[in-house]
Amino acid sequence: MFSNEVKFAEGESLMREIFRRLRLDPALFLSLMVLIGLGLLILYSASGQNGAMLLRQGFRLLIGVISMLVFAQISTHKLRLWSPWLYVGGIFCLLLIFAVGDVGKGAQRWLDLGIVRFQPSELMKLIVPMTMAWYLSGKLLPPKFKHIVVATIIFMLPLALIAKQPDLGTAMLVGSAGFVCLFLAGMSWWWMFSASVLVCAAMPLAWNFMHGYQRQRVLTFLNPENDPLGAGYHIIQSKIAIGSGGVYGKGWLNGTQSHLDFLPERSTDFIFSVLAEEFGLFGVLFILALFAFIVLRGLRIASCAKDGYSRIVAGSITLTFFVYLIVNVGMVSGLLPVVGIPLPLVSYGGTSIVTLLIGFGMLMSINADRRFISG
Amino acid sequence: MVAMPASIYLADRQYEQRVFQFRALIVALICLFLLLVLAVRMIYLQVVHHDMFSTLSQNNRLQVIPTPPNRGLIFDRNGVVLAENQPAFHLEITPEDVVDMEKTLSGLVEVVNVRPTDIESFKDALKRRRKFESIPLRLNLSERETALFAVNRHRFPGVDIAARLSRHYPFAETTAHVLGYVGRIDEEDLINLDQANYRGTNHIGKLGVEQAYEDILHGNVGYQQLEVNVEGRELRILEEQAPVPGDDLQLHLDIRLQQIAEQSMTEKTGAVIAMDPNNGAILALVSRPSFDPHPFVNGISKKDYQALRDSPVQPLFNRALRGQYPPGSTIKPALALAALELGADIAHETVNCKGFFKLPTDDRKYRDWKKHGHGKVDLHTAIVQSCDVYFYNLANQMGIDAVSEFLGLFGLGQPTGIDVAGEKPGLLPSREWKRKRYAMPWFPGETISVGIGQGYMLMTPMQLVQMSAALATAKIYQPQLVAALLPKNAEAVPITPVLKSELKVTNLANWDEVRLAMRDVVHTDRGTARGSSWGTKYEFAGKTGTAQVIGIAQDEEYDEETIAEHFRDHALFIAFSPVENPRLAVAVLVEHGGHGSSAAAPVARQLFDAYMKYYDVQ
Repeated sequence: MFSNEVKFAEGESLMREIFRRLRLDPALFLSLMVLIGLGLLILYSASGQNGAMLLRQGFRLLIGVISMLVFAQISTHKLRLWSPWLYVGGIFCLLLIFAVGDVGKGAQRWLDLGIVRFQPSELMKLIVPMTMAWYLSGKLLPPKFKHIVVATIIFMLPLALIAKQPDLGTAMLVGSAGFVCLFLAGMSWWWMFSASVLVCAAMPLAWNFMHGYQRQRVLTFLNPENDPLGAGYHIIQSKIAIGSGGVYGKGWLNGTQSHLDFLPERSTDFIFSVLAEEFGLFGVLFILALFAFIVLRGLRIASCAKDGYSRIVAGSITLTFFVYLIVNVGMVSGLLPVVGIPLPLVSYGGTSIVTLLIGFGMLMSINADRRFISG
Repeated sequence: MVAMPASIYLADRQYEQRVFQFRALIVALICLFLLLVLAVRMIYLQVVHHDMFSTLSQNNRLQVIPTPPNRGLIFDRNGVVLAENQPAFHLEITPEDVVDMEKTLSGLVEVVNVRPTDIESFKDALKRRRKFESIPLRLNLSERETALFAVNRHRFPGVDIAARLSRHYPFAETTAHVLGYVGRIDEEDLINLDQANYRGTNHIGKLGVEQAYEDILHGNVGYQQLEVNVEGRELRILEEQAPVPGDDLQLHLDIRLQQIAEQSMTEKTGAVIAMDPNNGAILALVSRPSFDPHPFVNGISKKDYQALRDSPVQPLFNRALRGQYPPGSTIKPALALAALELGADIAHETVNCKGFFKLPTDDRKYRDWKKHGHGKVDLHTAIVQSCDVYFYNLANQMGIDAVSEFLGLFGLGQPTGIDVAGEKPGLLPSREWKRKRYAMPWFPGETISVGIGQGYMLMTPMQLVQMSAALATAKIYQPQLVAALLPKNAEAVPITPVLKSELKVTNLANWDEVRLAMRDVVHTDRGTARGSSWGTKYEFAGKTGTAQVIGIAQDEEYDEETIAEHFRDHALFIAFSPVENPRLAVAVLVEHGGHGSSAAAPVARQLFDAYMKYYDVQ
């Protein structure tokens, strides 16, 4: 009996050692794995038990997790040095898209590199906070007006390019990442307030720059029943899926809304509705709690990071992840307009999974560097 | 001093970290708050409004599809099928699967025979249908067409051949006027229809037995609760209620007699009805010419319908029930019985027939059919030889009031009440009728024409056979086509005969006198229908009649040879057999057939022969 306990203790410390060597935070890593596993489970149902789709998603996740492990090994010092160069490269790619980019779903987003097609805008979600952190962490706090202006330009330039593609969702995420960076860098409350007022004032202006379908989405959001067979259909069917799930859900693979095709985009943007329909309120609360844990863990890592650069990057990555979640779930439950933002790490689809996991790799690295210093 | 910058740096670092940690805390709280908002939203959707969304979700995925019941079959009295449901191949189109509808339709015209009317009704149906419901374009493809389409099928996505049940009448024309037919439900039908029960049903009884017994034949609709996907495609059946098929019907009709009646009419226009005088059962009901009911089932083209409707011989017209003719001399036995029963003196006197009758007050001559008269005739002879003068005198003596009251007892002037719709009431003239109709008094001369069934008087063949039956048994039953309802899993429900009235004959001898006179019409040398009894082993009683179609002027003579066919007289014959304990009453009408004896009586004779053979009557 006694020896068993010793063995268990040894086993535990062995695991700790492995995580330490791999520069991983066990709590964050395990909760991410639970989320990924749950995501695959839901995807299997949402895709209509499509094994091929599950395999492709698994492959992407594998690449993502490997990228995460790789980035966890890169020290924050190096990341900091790379930041401005990555930014310049990113802007170049965005400009390149307008010249040679592929058109997918009516928007130029893709850059074909022969072997891989990728969305540079996706990577900007990481590069923008890195660059802003690089710029702001050198300055004294709170940032002065001219620094704020420069930082704003840093995130507004790619945002404008992305919005022009047009990719409203990603542009919004880049914008929110920039805003979060400024906030976490200690921008004064007065400036925060002014900026918010400015953004609100800019809203009607933005309306003029919106594409027809983007305007339609906003209008539909404001009154989905107005257009039950057109754009409002998505939201109504999603709400029906969620609401009919009830407390206990219809059971895995038993969701009628999703399996009978009533729910649109059910394995991508609306996958949360599938979860809500099949696993009910219990499933919803569980996954929200899981997300909450990941976000809080990320913020804790940011708080304990060794320098300003790491703090801002870690905080921004974490909050970008959170914005994904809140916008997606807000959208499927009819609280926010339909914007093409996936449920992070759960929705079926390409670049965002890898980007997100690279981001978490950086968080792991930041966490490891702190420990290394303090240890 | 050296340490100072480091300490400032350290202090800054600590300050920075404190600021950051404070802000991170605020962000964390905001995040938790937003997550809480999401959680509340989920509770709002999943708990508070769960019932509503649950219902919406059910409505989304469930669809109730009606399964039409199989229509009841119709049999004759011996169990021969008269109306059945046959598998038929329809060309049906599912518009969702069609790429180019106009091109498809024009392409199909080249392969199968699609008429403009088909396309018309197809486009009508297109407007009121469910998603993914196929719509018939052409009903009842021929084998050749089916094969031709099968070969060309790849050219027409969304078009397919569907096997459905289609109403079929094995005896087609022979039974068309009895059974009627089913046709596609039209706007008019929809008004009175139990729409729920007719969901999925395309056809409804339009005429005859099919129409009159629609409620029984149709049955009750069943349904399938289907799970459907967003496009409305059926995925699986969740719940099913089988339709209740309509009850079968057994008619009193004997198809053998019906066929013989039809054949014996050959190319003639007219009607034949055979009825059991003991219960009103109709054994044969023929109206000639007839028509093929099947085009109506499959959707008749406008052109074909117009041809039928505008045909001078009017094949769609049911002469047995709706044709109204002067009964002519066939009214004489009833009048004779009236006179006997009323105790009129004339009934026991003889009249000297010189070939015409004159009212004392008038110069007008009422001619007998026999130019030089019958000589001395009594009631018996008057019936046997059909002496007109005798009955002119008889009617005149009785007066119109007595005549119309007594003839009313035979059911004249009222519909017989047969169990199909559309019957005409005929016309029994009376003082009151004339006042109402023409606002004129009754003239004595008019009574004289009534004496030989002319003038205003009109009867349908149905009323004729009813009168014949009344003379046979003194009982008037409601004529009945349907003998019994035959539910699928239950005992047959026979329909009880309805005795409408009984002739209260005070003196049986009076009745016998008339019946025997009718027998002698057929079986004596001087009888008007003497030829029709040749070689019979049984006896039958009858009365010929000839109904004038046009009035003949005072000094003109009716010449059968020179007169145009459609002005020629109608030939009538009523009869029953055997004379004692009659089993079958018959009425025959041949339009423009000339004489009752030559044109109508042989038809009755053939019917009796067949009946005696089949029913083994001594």
